[in-house]
Formats: sequence, C-alpha cells, structure tokens
Amino acid sequence: MMTAARVFAKQGLNLWGTAAGFVALLLGLPVLVVAGYLFEPSGEVWQHLLDTTLKDYVINSLLLMIGVACGVLLLGVSTAWLTSMCEFPGRGVFEWALLLPMAIPAYIIAYTYTGLFDYAGPFQSWLRELLGPGYGDYWFPEIRSLGGAVLMLTLVLYPYVYLLARAAFLNQSLCVLDVSRTLGNGAWRSFFQVALPMARPAIVAGLSLALMETLADYGTVQYFGVSTFTTGIFRTWYGLDNAAAAAQLSAVLLLFVFTLVVLEKASRRQARYHHTTQRHQGLDRFRLTRGQAWGAWLFCGATLMLGFLLPFGQLLHWALTTADEQLDGRFLTLIMNSLMLAGSASLLALLLALFFGYSRRLQGGWMVAAAVRVASMGYAIPGTVIAIGVMIPFAALDNQLDAWMRAQFGWSSGLLLSGTLAALLFAYLVRFLAVSLQTVEAGLSKIRPSMDEVARSLGSGPREILGRVHIPMLKGSLLTALLLVFVDVLKELPATLILRPFNFNTLSVRAYELASDERLADAAYASLSIVAVGILPVILLSRSITRSRHAKST
Amino acid sequence: MSYLNRIITLSLLACVSMTTFAAGNAEVNLYSARKENLIKPLLDRFTEQTGIQVNLVTGKADALLHRLKREGRNTPADLLLTTDAGRLHRARQAGVTQAVTSEVLESLIPSQYRDPAGHWFGLSLRARPILYVKQRVDPARLSSYEALTEAQWKGRICIRSSGNIYNQSLVASMIAANGAEATEMWARDFVPQFARDPKGGDRDQILAAAAGQCDLAIANTYYLAGMLESKDQRQREAAQQMGVFWPNQQGRGSHVNISGAALIKSAKHPEAAIKLLEFLVSAESQAWYAETNGEYPVRSDVSPGALLAGWGDFKKDGVNLGQLGNFNPQAVRIMDRAGWK
Repeated sequence: MMTAARVFAKQGLNLWGTAAGFVALLLGLPVLVVAGYLFEPSGEVWQHLLDTTLKDYVINSLLLMIGVACGVLLLGVSTAWLTSMCEFPGRGVFEWALLLPMAIPAYIIAYTYTGLFDYAGPFQSWLRELLGPGYGDYWFPEIRSLGGAVLMLTLVLYPYVYLLARAAFLNQSLCVLDVSRTLGNGAWRSFFQVALPMARPAIVAGLSLALMETLADYGTVQYFGVSTFTTGIFRTWYGLDNAAAAAQLSAVLLLFVFTLVVLEKASRRQARYHHTTQRHQGLDRFRLTRGQAWGAWLFCGATLMLGFLLPFGQLLHWALTTADEQLDGRFLTLIMNSLMLAGSASLLALLLALFFGYSRRLQGGWMVAAAVRVASMGYAIPGTVIAIGVMIPFAALDNQLDAWMRAQFGWSSGLLLSGTLAALLFAYLVRFLAVSLQTVEAGLSKIRPSMDEVARSLGSGPREILGRVHIPMLKGSLLTALLLVFVDVLKELPATLILRPFNFNTLSVRAYELASDERLADAAYASLSIVAVGILPVILLSRSITRSRHAKST
Repeated sequence: MSYLNRIITLSLLACVSMTTFAAGNAEVNLYSARKENLIKPLLDRFTEQTGIQVNLVTGKADALLHRLKREGRNTPADLLLTTDAGRLHRARQAGVTQAVTSEVLESLIPSQYRDPAGHWFGLSLRARPILYVKQRVDPARLSSYEALTEAQWKGRICIRSSGNIYNQSLVASMIAANGAEATEMWARDFVPQFARDPKGGDRDQILAAAAGQCDLAIANTYYLAGMLESKDQRQREAAQQMGVFWPNQQGRGSHVNISGAALIKSAKHPEAAIKLLEFLVSAESQAWYAETNGEYPVRSDVSPGALLAGWGDFKKDGVNLGQLGNFNPQAVRIMDRAGWK
C-alpha cells in the first residue's frame, strides 16, 4: 500500500488527493453547518434537558443500538453463512429472498406490526375471544416499546449485514477454507476461526451502516413512543422552538458516530484482510444432515416470514380490502419520479465512492481520510437535519448571488439551486455517501496492493489500473453499493419532503402523507409500490453476485 | 475502461435529465403543512373557477417555515398553510408574513381565529374533546380537562405523546386560561391517570379505548369521523362505541385549533393568493372541509354536516389562537417535567 502511494506521489499525483479533499469538504459542508451550531448560544434549554429528558434520550439510543447490533449480527451473519456455504432445500430462493426486507421502510413495517399485534389488533382480539380474558388478565409482549423498535429495525436492517457478509464469504478464497478443512476443522471451527475473521471488514461495514441508520431513524421510534436522540432533536426544535439546541443535540449525535468509527478503526489496528489469490475453486458447500437442513430452512424461513412475508401480506390485505385509494395515472408519475431520483443518486454516489476510495488508496494522507470521514457521517443524521444543513449554504449562496446581481445589473437571479432537484440530489449524496463508500472500500481493501504494483510496473497509469484491474474485480461491490443507495433513496422521506420542488411527489412522500394522517390502509398502495420497485434491483443484484462467483470459479 | 466510462456516461445523462419547472402566467405558490389529498381537491376547484394555477409543496410546518426563512426575499412561496395556529404565529414572529386587508376574510372569519393585524387567517376548526366508551362511562361524570385528574379516572385515560402539536396546543390553552403554575400542577396529576405510556396517533387511542385498554381517549374529532367512515370494519366498530363529550362548557369552552394560512412577505402573486384565501372560506369550500375532512367550518353560518352536527353544538374556547404559539415552548417544558412522554 505504502509503496504504491509513494510511487504515485513521486509522479506528482497529489492532484487526486487535493481534488478528493475538496469534494469531500463540499459534501461535508452540511454536516459542518450542523456541527457549527455547537458554538451558538441556546439559552438555558440544556439545563432543562439535563433535568428532564436527556437521560432517556441517551439510554434509549444506546439500548436501541446495542439491541439492533446483536439482532442484525445474529440474523445477518448466520443467514449469510447458511446460504453461501451450506446446502439445504430452498437455499437458492432464500439467497435472494432474504434481501427483500430491505425494500420496506422501517416505519411502514412498524405500522404493519402494530396493526397485527397491538392490543386492539386482530391477533390479540382473537386471543381474547378464544380465552376470554380482558385487559391486564394476560401477558403479551407490547409491540410499541423499545424492544419492539429493536425488532422492527433489526428486521429491515439485517440485510445490510447479510448482503456484505455473503459477498465476503463467497469471495473468500476457498483455498483458505480448504486448508482449514484439510487441517481437520469442521464446519463450525472453519466458520469461527477462518471465515468469520476474514469477513470481518465486510461485516463491520454492514453493521455500521445498520447502526447509523438506527441512529437516524425517526419514524419508528416516534410511532412507538420511544424517546431517543432523534425524537429529542425534533422535540427541542419544534416543541421548544429552539433550533440551536436541536442542532447541538444533532452535533452530540455526530460525536456518538465519530466515536463509533474511531473505536472500530482502533480495534482493527494494523490488521489487513487481503486475499492471497483471486483464483477460486468450485464451491463445495457443506452437506447438512437432515435435521440440520431442516433447522437451516426454519431459521431462514422465519427470518423471511417476519421481515417480509408478514408485513407484505398485511399491506396487501389493506390495499385490497380497506383502501379508498385507487391506482391511477398519478401513480405512474410517482413511480417515475422515485426511479429517476433513486437511479441518479445511486449512480452519482457510486462514482463519488470510487473516487474517494481510490484516492485514499493512492494517497494515504490523513487529511483526505478525515475529510472523507466527515463527508460520510451524514448517514447517521436524521434526514431533516441534513436537509437543513443543505438548505442553509445553498440558500445563502443563491441569495448572495442574487444580491450581487441586483446591485451590479439591477436584475434578480432569484433562487438558482434552492428548491431544485439538484439540491435534493446533493442532500441524498450527503446522506447516503457512507453506504456506497463503505461498500466500495470494503471491496477495495480485499484487493492486494501488490496487484496495483504489478499493474504499475507493467506501465499502467492510475486511471488504467482503476478501469482495467480494480473495477472488474470490484464488480460485485460496485453493484452492491449501487443497489443499497438506490433502495435507500427510494425509501428516503424527510429530505425529499422538505427540499423537493413544487408539484413533485415520490412514492415515499405519498406513503408518508397518508400514513401520518393515520390512514394506514390508504398508504398501503404507495408502500407496496416502494417495495415492488425495490424488489427488482434486489433480485438482479443477488443474481449478479452469485454469477460473479461462478465466473471466477472457472 | 468500459465499466468506468459506462458509469460516467450514465451519471451525466442522469444530471441532464433533471429539468426545472417552467412557470405559468397566473399562478399561486403554496407551501402547505396540510397533506396533499386534504387540500388538492379544493385547489383544483379553485383553478377550474379562476384559471389560476396552484403550485404545491407539502411538508412539516416547522421545516417549511425554516425553508421560508432561509430562502428569504427570493422565496417562490406566496402562501404558507399550516394545521395549527402556533406555527402561523411563529411565522409572523419570524417576519416572513405580511398583513392582508380583505373585507371578505374579516367579515367571514370570527376574530379569535385570525391574527388581529391580518397576518394569518383560520380556514377550518379542529376540536379536541374527550371521547368516552359509551358502555362503560356515564358522561355526566365528566366535566372539564382539568377534572380529568380526579381519582375516578385513574388508569383509565389514553392520550398520545406530548411530542404531538395537538397536546402541546391543548396544554398551551390551559396555560393561557389557568396560568403556568396551575397547569404544571395539573400536568403532574394528569400523567399518572394514563392507562399506558403514550404511543401511536389519535386513532390508536380510540382503538385502545374500544378494545378495553382505557375508558377515555382524547382525540381530534376528524379522526373519529374518519374511522366512522372507514372501510375497515374494526375501525368502524371501535368508533361506534365512542361518545363525544365537550369539556369546559361551563367555563371557557372546549379546546379548538385551526388550520390556516398566511401571505408571505415577498409574495410575487399577492392578488391571486388573497383570491385563494377568499375561496377557501367560501361556503362551498367550508362545507367541503366538514364533509371530507370532518373538520368544523370556521364560519358559523355554514353547517358542519350531519355527522358532526350529531355530536352537538358546543362552546369553543375563545382565546386568540396566536397566543398558543407563545405558550407552546412553556407547555412542552411542563410536560417534560411531568414525565409525559
């Protein structure tokens, strides 16, 4: 790594580093704007928060993160291992189907579970009819609670870990596993002592995405009545009418995330996880006994049931039986708008991630590294706060330019960027860059630096190395990055809501408007459309990951 | 290079495909905290009648207000529409609104539902009474919001989180009537009366009451109306079990809030905007609010429709709603201290 960097540095390639630093700063601007509020006086609101609710925010946010971390690791890693390394009936279907929960926005799954399992819902009503007790006569887990929020977020976020871990397991050079098996290790020991440590960068990348998403979640915790940092931010901003204190809470949230990132880096220390070879043998999956195969099937099946089939079924039921809403031409526009935004944002995010990931590979400088970190912290910040962070510099720029035009030419240029799709796309990049970056970097870290050196010694320039060596090798990671951002943008709500232009709606805006009006059934069509639009790329992605594995094994 | 080139080309194409929206001639630009499907039909009708095109962005009130402030004098918005008076008051204080003089608006809208200086106007009323389960509660035992702290209601009340603006306005109206100290004492006694930790929306409180988790639910009437007309049998049945009790009839009256609108200071289409405001208080629009949204007309001369009329006539709290915006932060603090989640 160092060698490659040094060689390029000598060639005057500082340009990469400088450009990367500049773009990263630009993208980091909204986060910095929010952090800047740390120095703004906010009155004695902090004393009030300390006296009353701050403790709840901190404790609940921590518990939520710990719970979701355990949940997504358990579901994500085990299903990834089962579907990639073990052979059991239905494996081929689970392979892609386990990704489906990703297409369901967290707050929508929360609504469906509440509809099904709340005290007033059909399940408990049926129980009461069957057994005859009244309120308080029996115990039933309360779905709208901290535990419920952990479950909901786990169910929609485990696919991040699943996706990245699975890609890592599949790409692991089987020689290593073969060696492990030759040395007499069974499936379990090979998993814990060889495969798991080697897949660690990918698993950690997936986990940190899930945790950042957890910290930024507002819809679920708000509906469940769990006070977290996010609900606290909005309560302070809207309720207490104190934007400065709210931004300071967001800044504290940033510190949370920053600590997480630093801890993770520190724990990894100098360990690197490169593959020694890109040659893979034909995959020889572990044969499971009859009992084990049943167990694997049940485990994957239950995950799929809870994460997708159940909520999807409830949505379908609502849409077909109780919705007033009709599917009409307007829906087509909504779908087109959502597709267009998600498509452009995911492509741009991928380009940027490649650019940053590659710049860091060339230039190990801490400045670039830090700038990129700041730029990718947006993922953990609630969308509304990001939107405000985008709005402030954009509107300031527009108004400055306008004032100057008025003074110089007596002509008003108005708002050029604010309230346009460009501003919205920018916000998406700030919010979701982390997703593509984590994925691309996890992929890049597995390519040995000696590959660069060899290509370099054969006379290739950096652009050529990227295009002819890295990108073909990274194809799986790139597709993953593209899809993750695509689905995230499809589900994104708060920034879309506040930054979009006049007369411009998306599926998620539609679903939210009806759901927040407490017309859950009417929101079902829009929610189903989000899921449907999200499913297609999910399946394509899964197939291409499997295919890329097959291509390599020949 | 083929992958890299393909990615770059696609991205460029994506950028080019983003086009900005062309502006028509006669138009009004509206920032609305009211959801699209609860306002669009009226706006379409307006366009039909006047030929004036209405452009709409919906969003949360505070975020829209923030956008207005940041966009400054260049904002394209002509009108801000919100679903509570507090936010309109905030907009006025932030200096983004302007006064309107309109005989139509002033003669049709009672004075407590509009800004004294004409910065904002109420368009519909949203009432927040006490709903009770008819089978289990004798409404004669109910009297006022204040009396909900009586021992007889212990563990029998469902109400949503204090994070919600409806509860914040309700408590703010109590501060306006009884003072902060008395309201704080009340809030401390009120929270232990809850049957469960606050969660869900207003409809959820009604569902929980009907299912037996509590006997009283505090909710806005249009949710009850929506449930009664729902296609979902469970919602209909729950709503049918509930009776509406109008509290504080001996005193100041029941709490109401408004949906309303303000003209933006730098509005580029002020005449068209005022025309739209006047259209929204026309008898036809007012009747539509009642019929479709289950809200009460802001005009006393328009009937609220059969369903709402069935819940009886009631005395409404006469406080000028702008004041509720002033008391809102105080209300939130009181609820924080009382442990109202």
